[in-house]
Amino acid sequence: MSGNLARLDRRRLAALIRKETVQIVRDPSTLLIAFVLPILLLFIFGFGVSLDANSIRVGMVVQDSSPQANSLAQALRASPYLEIEESPTVQPLRDRMVANRIRAMIVIPQDFGASIDRRAPLPIQVATDGSQPNTANFAAAYVQGIYGTWVEQQGMAPGVPTVTVNTRYWWNPELKSRFFLIPGSITIVMTMIGTLLTALVVAREWERGTLEAMMATPISMTEFIASKLIPYFVLGMGSMALCTVLGIVVFGVPLRGSVFALFLLASAFLVPALGLGLFISAATKNQFVASQAALFSGFLPSFLLSGFIFEISSMPRMIQAVTYLVPARYFIPPLQTVFIAGDAWGMFARNIAAMLTFGALFFLLAYRTTRRSLD
Amino acid sequence: MIDPVAIAKGVVKRFASQTALDGVDITITPGKITGLVGPDAAGKTTLIRILAGLMAANDGEIAVLGGAPGTNLEQLGYMPQRFGLYEDLSVIQNLDLYAELRGLSKEEKPATYGRLLDFTDLARFQDRQAGKLSGGMKQKLGLACALVKTPRLLLLDEPGVGVDPISRRELWAMVKELTAEGIGVLWSTAYLDEAAKCDSVTMLNDGKLIYSGDPSGLTDRMKGRVFNASSDTLDRRHLLTQLLGDNEVLDGTIQGSSIRLLTRSEHPSLPGIRLDPLPPRLEDGFIEVLGGGPGGTSALADAYSRFDHNDVPAIEAHALTKKYGDFTAANQVSFTARPGQIFGLLGPNGAGKSTTFKMLCGLATPTSGTCSVAGHSLKHAGPAARQSLGYMAQKFSLYGDLSVEQNLNFFAGAYGLKKAAARDAIDKVVDIFELSSRLRTNAGVLPLGYKQRLALACAVMHEPPVLFLDEPTSGVDPVMRREFWVHINGLVSRGVCVLVTTHFMEEAEYCDDILLIYRSEQIATGSPDDLKAQASRIAGLSDPTMEDAFIALIEASNVDTKNPRKAA
Repeated sequence: MSGNLARLDRRRLAALIRKETVQIVRDPSTLLIAFVLPILLLFIFGFGVSLDANSIRVGMVVQDSSPQANSLAQALRASPYLEIEESPTVQPLRDRMVANRIRAMIVIPQDFGASIDRRAPLPIQVATDGSQPNTANFAAAYVQGIYGTWVEQQGMAPGVPTVTVNTRYWWNPELKSRFFLIPGSITIVMTMIGTLLTALVVAREWERGTLEAMMATPISMTEFIASKLIPYFVLGMGSMALCTVLGIVVFGVPLRGSVFALFLLASAFLVPALGLGLFISAATKNQFVASQAALFSGFLPSFLLSGFIFEISSMPRMIQAVTYLVPARYFIPPLQTVFIAGDAWGMFARNIAAMLTFGALFFLLAYRTTRRSLD
Repeated sequence: MIDPVAIAKGVVKRFASQTALDGVDITITPGKITGLVGPDAAGKTTLIRILAGLMAANDGEIAVLGGAPGTNLEQLGYMPQRFGLYEDLSVIQNLDLYAELRGLSKEEKPATYGRLLDFTDLARFQDRQAGKLSGGMKQKLGLACALVKTPRLLLLDEPGVGVDPISRRELWAMVKELTAEGIGVLWSTAYLDEAAKCDSVTMLNDGKLIYSGDPSGLTDRMKGRVFNASSDTLDRRHLLTQLLGDNEVLDGTIQGSSIRLLTRSEHPSLPGIRLDPLPPRLEDGFIEVLGGGPGGTSALADAYSRFDHNDVPAIEAHALTKKYGDFTAANQVSFTARPGQIFGLLGPNGAGKSTTFKMLCGLATPTSGTCSVAGHSLKHAGPAARQSLGYMAQKFSLYGDLSVEQNLNFFAGAYGLKKAAARDAIDKVVDIFELSSRLRTNAGVLPLGYKQRLALACAVMHEPPVLFLDEPTSGVDPVMRREFWVHINGLVSRGVCVLVTTHFMEEAEYCDDILLIYRSEQIATGSPDDLKAQASRIAGLSDPTMEDAFIALIEASNVDTKNPRKAA
């Protein structure tokens, strides 16, 4: 029967694809996942969830009454990133921080003005709320940035570092996190279609006994598998296109790279996604188990371990090592690049190669588990 | 002799825990219907799957269409038990799919489709989704898909299961016609009346071949040992109990007002009983091979409470009507069942039996009309009414992941039995149904016969005066079925009222009263003998069987109906 397994007859394949298409069109849940879910995800990540840290509430105590201290306090108050709440003493601010009302506090120490005059400036104190590390980092960085600029404006001479760091945020100067989130959403949606839907539809054929009838006709398993891959590949690409158009039109995400590169990257990502879906369905033959397996092996890693929500470089080493096994990790960075920066073929090629390797592995597993047999 | 289209010798198939087939031989001849007969889990489906190339045998020589199984799939038609239809595709889309897969040429298509749609009478439903067809129509569509390119070998896996006698007869006629074209057919079935019509039968039990050859060969052995037994002093139920307890008797079933008896010898000594010889049937032979039927007394009934025959009807339905949108699923159904009576609800698939059943046990609210159980109105005293009934669902509806013991505990609790009472009730049913060796087994993996026993056990633990049984014996082997009916008969003699639905017409004979439902209407009521008499009056049949009567009454109702609605 191994000879049978490799056969590909165009007429039979066309009939199977037609059947699959009718089923997709008739099944509202498929269309829901392919076209409504992406819209929902984009709106949640585009408007609802924002990792941007504009206007952090910060407490400030000015213990010095010199003009310099007032000038620095004024610079801090003027920053659009900080919302300053002032207090004459430290204690009430400490309580406010414990109560989660403010994220950081700044103390401009006594004798600050005099120390500037002496050309030996005292450090200002910044305490941040470490229970929210992301925001804490932002707060500290903002204060530091404002302080640096202020020091420069004071025309500091000897005793003050003459080299100042001048930060520029390339490509995403306003640091809008939705520029990052939209490529991530595309990844999630494509994982859902490639892995979850594919796993479900093949498992459904096992469950309903239709595959049994199919196997008693002259179709080969290659034809059967191809008839699942092609429609869901098209569906995945369609959904990706919808996400892209929405991202550009509604959320103003730029597409600085080429459409061709986007197409190539998305196609490469669908290979491991579909392969995993097929493998799961062949191994479980049960819709319920297949959906659980798809969530745990496809959806959750794409969500948590791909760099979509959590920065990979800030994960513990062990977890960082695990992310190398998540195909989505090779999709999100080039996808972000193609949207926000432009075509970077060297990087794309490396990532595409990684995705295809995973794809080949999953297909091999699927091929070895899918048998034309009920044994 | 013509070369067989499929031949297998010494087929062995082992699964992890059991041997499904143990040295089975089968020959399928072109132009003939070969019956594959046996109870559920006998190995029928496994054998068919091996012949279709869907499973590999562990041992044995198998040649299908002149090659190894699975090599000549273009010439094979296969209809699995669940028909293999895509429910969200229309009738015509299903046909199209199979036509393309089997390589039907464009030129042949119009003629073939015309013939198949005509043959299956599905032309009117071409655009309907397969999932919305009735069981009988799905079965015909399944057959059409298997036949779309005329095969040389047709494998049918229990095409008659869960299908009413009319659809079953139509299907048989269709397949019979095919054999005239030289197709070799394998027809697997648990119905012995179907098997008796086959050209040859292969009988399996527990994975072993128990008979192979002409069905008459097995029937003939029983000649002179089958009688119609009656008595002037005993009613049929007591007579059956007495006869089944007799050593001379191998098997007995109720038929009309008397008993159909299979004896060990041709000249049984049964004093005081009138015996008239009857022609034997295949089932008699099968029962003998299986070692005879069960004894006549039911331990369950002996331990059951006795209910007095008072004037309160056990079940009373008055003008029950259920509408789903504009579709009337049951219209004006009225009947009364007394304590100590078996009441049968019969009708083709989709006639409204299940709807009526659900209203009676409180699972569906009637659109209009009333019903009560043991004097408690389901509308006003639902909990009291439900407490008075025991319900055994059509499909196995116990918790498959719980052990036998856990299921019993759960149902004892659900029916409100207190600790000590629950313990007693469980001990009692475990003993009666011989479940003690399987207490820790998960219910889902029990053999079908044991599942059925467990389901009955769960339904009767609280000793309700009314029992609702929805197709309780479908798929169960004849011996188990008889054992089941011994319990039912015993319970009825203690004053329990039993409401039952079934597709086995010989089981309908056990009923005291039958209500025949067709197209949501109540078309006939009466005892089995009344219905047969009505049927013979209408159709001019002499001495009709219950199945003849069923079909005649339904066909008569088709003619009567002035505005026939579409059969759906």
